[in-house]
Amino acid sequence: MANNNSIKKTLIVAFSLCVVCSVVVSAAAVALRPVQQTNQELDRKTNILQVAELYKPGQSVAEQFSHITPKVVDLNTGEYSDRFDPDTFDQFGAAEDPELSESLKGNDPAGLGRRENFATIYLVGDPTDPEQIIVPVRGQGLWSMMYGYLALKGDGNTIVGLSFYQQGETPGLGGEVDNPRWKALWDGKEVYSDNGMEPVIRLVKGGVDSQTPNAENKVDALSGATLTSRGVTQLLQFWLGEQGFAKYLSRFRDPSQGA
Amino acid sequence: MAADSPKGVLTTPVFKNNPIALQILGVCSALAVTNSVQTSLVMGLAVISVTAFSNLFVSLIRNHMPSSIRIIVQMTIIASLVIVVDQVLRAYAYETSKQLSVFVGLIITNCIVMGRAEAYAMQNGPVMSFLDGIGNGLGYTFVLLVVGAVRELFGSGSLLGFTLLTPVKDGGWYVTNGLMLLPPSAFFVIGLMIWVIRSINPEQVEEADFKITSNTKAQEAA
Repeated sequence: MANNNSIKKTLIVAFSLCVVCSVVVSAAAVALRPVQQTNQELDRKTNILQVAELYKPGQSVAEQFSHITPKVVDLNTGEYSDRFDPDTFDQFGAAEDPELSESLKGNDPAGLGRRENFATIYLVGDPTDPEQIIVPVRGQGLWSMMYGYLALKGDGNTIVGLSFYQQGETPGLGGEVDNPRWKALWDGKEVYSDNGMEPVIRLVKGGVDSQTPNAENKVDALSGATLTSRGVTQLLQFWLGEQGFAKYLSRFRDPSQGA
Repeated sequence: MAADSPKGVLTTPVFKNNPIALQILGVCSALAVTNSVQTSLVMGLAVISVTAFSNLFVSLIRNHMPSSIRIIVQMTIIASLVIVVDQVLRAYAYETSKQLSVFVGLIITNCIVMGRAEAYAMQNGPVMSFLDGIGNGLGYTFVLLVVGAVRELFGSGSLLGFTLLTPVKDGGWYVTNGLMLLPPSAFFVIGLMIWVIRSINPEQVEEADFKITSNTKAQEAA
């Protein structure tokens, strides 16, 4: 052991340690990757099922998801696009690709920076006459980008549910966007004004009851979380507006246009 | 350290020589992950496995370790183990690993792991080192669980996700303490815990580094 400090021994120890460690780490990463991907996929699908209020705990997610058809929508035209495979299309990756996105400089209420030109949406039931349309939404809250799904009824106007699957807002205040009681307030609210495609849904302070004018477009804001509530309003207005899904959803508003 | 029996090595770090409460090591992660019992538990298990195995491997090669690259060798072993633990968590405890996010990766910087490798595993055999790692991990987990239980109970009114005190926002009577969900509250809870432990074991109280003297008298100054 006297020669432990010789240069030769130092190099041998360092080299063999690196080899052993890298083999262990890469073996773990490679061996566990399929399980991890299944988990991520399962998590995403569970979120979609939950926002559509279709999730039944204990049943196979894959089976429950079989009634849901993913589609890629071109946000600029509002038409379906078959440029990408909806099962593998990476929407958030596209938002960073200059070819597939556009800058929102100057008109960026949701704090996104860039908006992708294509988005994956999910149709529940018959794809030509869906029971529900689930669209991805995201936007800046107080501290974090909030990622979620919004489920609309087949009329493209009535909300079924809104749920964020990733957010880093203050626990107990803005973090209450995850509270089931608050999420239940969204059921039955309407996104658009009576005849137009102008999103009027918003969070308001002080509570909403049947006496409130236009109560169908208003949801009680989160108490103690003004900036998170403002973020939620702005991200919904952005994603349901002209730059978001308004062109696409207009086809459901007026059935005479056909799907 | 008079803890050379296997049982002593396992239990001493939990109460008598707790890494957080006595040595004040690894406090940073204890602040971040203790807002519920479940995350504390998973974090504790992750730290137990990392300390135990890093001690084991460091001890196995301790006689071949060149002293000039000793710390780097220990770090490499610890870092590899942390990555493996992180990958396993992502595969088998996906929900919790999402909540723990970066803090699993930050186990690498947890002073307990490095401290035990350097202080114990470098001088002792593999089996005892392994047990020492488990013991110190248990000590860490014990503190995390207590802090997590206090924070979850008063911050969310539940334990391990089961509601005990129905919060007002769910139609109950308990007004939740929002501060308990924020990291600073862990400071208060850990501080109170250390106070309790040192009141029970007064020999843990450190000697003051300096004494506050009475005011200087005028004639001494002159």
